[in-house]
Formats: sequence, C-alpha cells, structure tokens
Amino acid sequence: MRMLVVCCFLLLSAALPQTALAKISAFACEPEWASLLSELGGKEVSVYQATSPKQDPHRVEARPSLVARMRSADIVVCSGSDLEIGWLPVLLQSAGNSKVQPGQPGHFMASEFVERIDVPEKVDRSMGDVHPYGNPHVHLDPRNLAVIADALSQRLATIDPDRAAVYADRNAAFQTRWSESIKRWEREASGLKGLKIVTYHRDSAYLGNWLGMTLTITIEPKPGIPPSANHLAKLLKELDAEPADLIIRMAYNEPKAPAWLHDRTGIPLAELPYTVGGTKQAKDLFTLFDDTISRLRQATGR
Amino acid sequence: MFRNIPAAMAAFFLSFPAGAEEMDDAEVSELRERVRQLEERLDAQEAQDSQVAATTSSEKTDGSAQPVGNAFNPAISLIIDAKYRHLELDPDTYQIGGFVPAGGHGGEDEHGHGAGPGERGFSLDETELTISGNVDPYWSGYFTAGLSDGEIEIEEAWIQNSGYFPGVIAKAGRFFSGVGYINEQHPHAWDFADAPLVQQAFYGGNLGDDGIQLRYVAPTPLFLEFGVEAGRGESFPGSERNQNGANAGAAFVHLGGDVGFSNSYRIGASYRETTATEREYDDEDSTGAEIENVFSDLKSKTWGIDFVWKWAPNGDPSARNFKFQAEYYQRTEDGQLGYDLDDTTGNFAQEGTYSSDQSGWYAQAVYQFMPRWRVGVRYDLLDSGTIDYGPVMDGSISRDDLQLLRAHDPERTTVMIDFSSSEFARFRLQYAQDKSRFDETDDQIIFQYIVSLGAHGAHRF
Ligand SMILES: [Zn+2]
Repeated sequence: MRMLVVCCFLLLSAALPQTALAKISAFACEPEWASLLSELGGKEVSVYQATSPKQDPHRVEARPSLVARMRSADIVVCSGSDLEIGWLPVLLQSAGNSKVQPGQPGHFMASEFVERIDVPEKVDRSMGDVHPYGNPHVHLDPRNLAVIADALSQRLATIDPDRAAVYADRNAAFQTRWSESIKRWEREASGLKGLKIVTYHRDSAYLGNWLGMTLTITIEPKPGIPPSANHLAKLLKELDAEPADLIIRMAYNEPKAPAWLHDRTGIPLAELPYTVGGTKQAKDLFTLFDDTISRLRQATGR
Repeated sequence: MFRNIPAAMAAFFLSFPAGAEEMDDAEVSELRERVRQLEERLDAQEAQDSQVAATTSSEKTDGSAQPVGNAFNPAISLIIDAKYRHLELDPDTYQIGGFVPAGGHGGEDEHGHGAGPGERGFSLDETELTISGNVDPYWSGYFTAGLSDGEIEIEEAWIQNSGYFPGVIAKAGRFFSGVGYINEQHPHAWDFADAPLVQQAFYGGNLGDDGIQLRYVAPTPLFLEFGVEAGRGESFPGSERNQNGANAGAAFVHLGGDVGFSNSYRIGASYRETTATEREYDDEDSTGAEIENVFSDLKSKTWGIDFVWKWAPNGDPSARNFKFQAEYYQRTEDGQLGYDLDDTTGNFAQEGTYSSDQSGWYAQAVYQFMPRWRVGVRYDLLDSGTIDYGPVMDGSISRDDLQLLRAHDPERTTVMIDFSSSEFARFRLQYAQDKSRFDETDDQIIFQYIVSLGAHGAHRF
C-alpha cells in the first residue's frame, strides 16, 4: 500500500507537463532586482518581488508563500554574498526547483559580478554578523548596476534563448539611458564629495564610494546588533570630537537612533529610499537615484 | 573549469585554522594576497570568456569565482544548550499521568530526546554538532549529532534532492519526521526550554526515524505541499523488530500563505501509523508493587493538525513580531498487552487485548515587543481518554492495577522571557506550573542559554 503511494507520487510528478509558458517567471529577492528585471525583461518576464522596501533584507522569514513562488521560478535574482543567508537557503531547499539551485543558470547572485568592498581580512563573530564575502549592498553604486544589467541580460538570454534578441535590445536601450543618467547624477552630486557621513549599517558604503563620501561611523555597534544607550552616548562624544556632515538613514533601518543623534548633534539627517519603493518618489531604478541625490542635496544644502 | 583548481586548493588549505596557526601572520597575509590575485586573474579571464562565447546551460555562468572559503567546505555549526533548573518535585518521580511513557519508564529519560523535565541544578544538556553541504549537483547532505556525557546520538543524517522531478523533494536517511509543526525543529529552535507535553507523551520529544521521505510542492501561488514517509519505525510509539519492509508510514499536507504584507500562516494535517512488535513499560499495581508490562502487535495510529500564524509589521520581524502556534494530536492503539511479566518464567500474570484512544494539544504565543526581547506563554492539555484492557473488563484485575493508566488530564502552563544578545545567542528564563503527575503540582524554573558557533543557520518558517 505504502509502496503504491510512493510510486503514484513519482509518476504523478514526472507526468506533470513542463508547460511552456509564454513568459519566464523570475523571483527577485529584493525590490532593486525586481526593477532591473522589469527594465531588462519588459513584458517577457513576470517578476515576483519577495520583499518589500520596508523589510530588512538581512532578516526575512522563509515564509510558505515564498517557497510557493520559488517553486515555479525560472530564475532567482538576489544580492548574494550572504545577504540572504538567513532565508534563501531554506527556500532553495524547500521549493523542489532544480532550475534555481546554485550553479544553475537560474541562480543569479548580483554581487558576484562586481568588485565587493569591505571584504573582511578575517571573519569572527565577535565582529557581529559581518558579511564574510564583502558588502552585499552593491546596488547603490549605479556603475555596479550597469555591469549587473549586462550579466543579467545575458543570463535571461541563456534561460530563454528564443527571446535573446529582445533582451539584448532592451539592455542596450537601458545601458544608454543609464550611462546618461549616471553622468547627470554625478554632476548633480558633485557638491557632496568629501562629506563625512554617519550611517546605521554599512548599506550605503557603495553609494559613498561612488559619490566620494566617507563613512566615518556606523550607528549599530556591530553589524546586526542594535545600538544601546551607552553606545549612542559614546557616538555622541565621538561626533563632538570629530563632527560629521550628514547622518543617513535608509528606509528599512530602525528610525529612532538616527533621529536621536540628529536631535542631539544638529547634524543633518537624510532619509534615503535605499531601494525602489523606499520612498514615494523612488518608483524605479532611475527615480531611486534621482530621489537619493535630491534628498542628500536637500539635507546638506549643497 | 580546471582553471579554478589552484585558487580553490589554496582557499581550501587556507581555510584550515590549524594550518594557519603554524604560519605567522605575514605568511598568512601573503598567501591571502596571492589567492586574491589569482582570483582577480580568474575573474578577468572568466568575464572575457562569458563575453566571447554564449554559455551552455551546464556551464557555470557566474561572472566571478566563488569567494574564498565555503565553496568546498561543508558548513559546520555547534550549538551549546545549557540550563539551570529549579524543580520543586524530584524529576525521578516524573510521569505524564494516564499515558504510557515514551522511554518505557517515567523520570529522567535518556532516550526520549527532549522528554521529561530534565535534571535539577546546572546541566549541560546537549551539545549539537551540525555539518551540512552539497554532496554533488544532485544531493545535499545534513548531519546532526547530539553530544552528551559518554554518548553520541546521531539525531539526523540524511541526503536530499530538491527538484530533480519538478516540485519533488526526496530525502533519505535518518531525519525528524515532517508530521506536525514543532517536530522538525531541533530543541534549540523551540520557543520554550522544553517540548510541548503532547509532543513528549506521543513521540517522546522529536520523532525521528530511519527511512525515506518524499515531498511534493504544488506549482500554485498558495503554498501547498504533500509528503509521505516510510521508515523503520523503531522510535516510540513503535519498537524494534527484525523484519523486511517498512514498519512506519506517515503522510502530511501543508497549506500556507500570506494575509497582506504583515501576516503569514501555515496549516497542516498529518497521519502516522506504526507497529510496536514488543514494547515494554514500567508500572505499579494497586498495592504499589513495581511491575513490568509488555505490549505486542500494537497498531498505533496518530493523526494531528497544526497551525502557525506569524505577524511582523510590513513583514519585517527585526523590531517587533508575534507568533502563534498550536497543535492537536489524537492517537488510537490496538493490540495485546501482557500484564506483570515474571522475569524468571517469562510468563505474564494476565494477557489480553488492549485498546486506547487518547489526545492532547497545546497552544503558545510569543511576542517580541522590542529588538532582542521576547515574552511567551504556552498552555498544554492532555486527555487520557479511554483505555480498554481485557483483564480489567472481565474483572481479573482492577483498573487500579495499572496505576499509570488511570484517568488523568495532565495540564501545564508556562511563561517565558528571553533576550538575544545577537542572532547567535539567546538567554531564557522560564516558569512552568506542571500538573503532569496525578496528584502533585510541580513548579519548574528554568534558566537556559543557547549559543551557536560556526555557520550561519537559516531558519525554517
Ligand atoms: Zn548588510
């Protein structure tokens, strides 16, 4: 009896047709990759966005709904470099989808295509929940996005060769618009060069790198560990001794500590979208950077 | 492909801490630098390759080499779970009244993983070592051993394929059964320091078995999963037997989804069947004399339902979150029971048919009210139900000659508060008022700390 059930099971799953859907379906771990997929795939790719811009991408529950979506995905696009270490492996294990397993074309980890910064010399938990493969928050440098877009476009073509030309065309159009935008953003942000900034987590490291701003202090004492009152008092002293020009809070960061520091020190506070949807204005990748730069300029008056 | 080998080998050897200790820092950083240079060269090379040729689907198309470290090494983690217990009543007298004890006898039970109240005072209960990784492109492997004084218990050791057949996850080896909700979680992942009473009474803690499991995840937007298991069936309520084939079978179904951005849930139902060829337990007769009774050819059928609901504002659990979970199990057992085994002759004072119908449930709620701090409450209730035994019904012995199987509804109320200094360390204080025994109430205070070293574990829903 039991053997029968097992056999039926196997037959059933083997017999289910591999339906050739019109669109390929993509699972994007974070909103920025959902946006990039839409730019590059257009109507040919149906995109499921796994997290909202208000969610901390380090800490997401491996919810049943995510397993269900990953089950039917042709490609999974995430930041990688262990940003999703707490939830992505569970989804991959539980979804029963061989197309998106590591090493397969359907497994696309964006940060692996760019040069990562903050790669620790050694990794020890006494340093908190550090990212051992370097900083995974790569999308806030638009030059990274250009490289990743090229790679992702090629990957879409690998998965869906029939539409390779469509993906190539869309990528070419995207790259043209993107490089023009980068020039404009760099012009607009030229006054921000040399700013000393305070951030909650090192999630603005690539942004700082790009615009020539220096990250001096992180509000969390160690990655993943919220600041205590003592730690905040210590930061206050440090900022007295060596003032910073700007405090950055990303939309998903805890709001209280940055606001408290801003109140005490009078250092301007910029609340940035971090990703697409993080603010009302950041509707896609282009407006994400429009809004980020305009908020930086507004806060600092530069 | 082969170009990766020098860098990978260097990375492999560098990752051994023992080797690194013998080298001085300069040598280490020099080697690291060389690895980095090698990787950079590879990156450049591979980037070129991918531009030149359209890659075939079997080739790794990543733009860069895997970072130094885990590419070859399995993930290793160690969990230390230590407690201090203040138990009002002697744990050696512990019993779940009205229920046949999972390990055969009440009190401190070394075999029932996570059963019983544990030891008084300070104790290092169990240190859990987990090694996991990919075996080859088809299989991943997982191994967990529980280490305690003088004993190593292999809790889980299995291989798994995810998706060779679309939606099918095949697992083989020793694993925690997919029945219920809490059963698949290791004790360090529980929200309380001990297992729900129903879990202890029906499965003696985590139900693990040697066998195979197949899951099928349906290609639907709503999470729908079916699973079947066939196994050795040696662990309680089954018993060891010397026969071919499977002695236990289980089936379960899970349904889950989201309600808005902030809520998600999973509902499950499960059924498990096993046979106890020979299962003994210790009891007392009406005079208080100790006796040993033995079940034989006992068919044990357990079905259950489970429910989990989680809330986190906008789906972000880091600051505040709430979790509610509840499980209900019912079990019927039908077979033979030999009463009062005479060790010298091997004969029973009485023999007859035995049948029982018992149930139990628990519900718990855990609320993280600020980062790192959580409070929780749990309520357990069991119903000893009906137990029919031939010699009792025909008047050969009285119901009181099976002291442990008298009617009783064990009950327990538990509250806890815990603090996590990081994702990897949790400190918990728990109080329980435990009415598992027939007449006495036990006040149990447990201080527990759980820390994890090594690989970053991912958490199941
Ligand atoms: Zn991070």
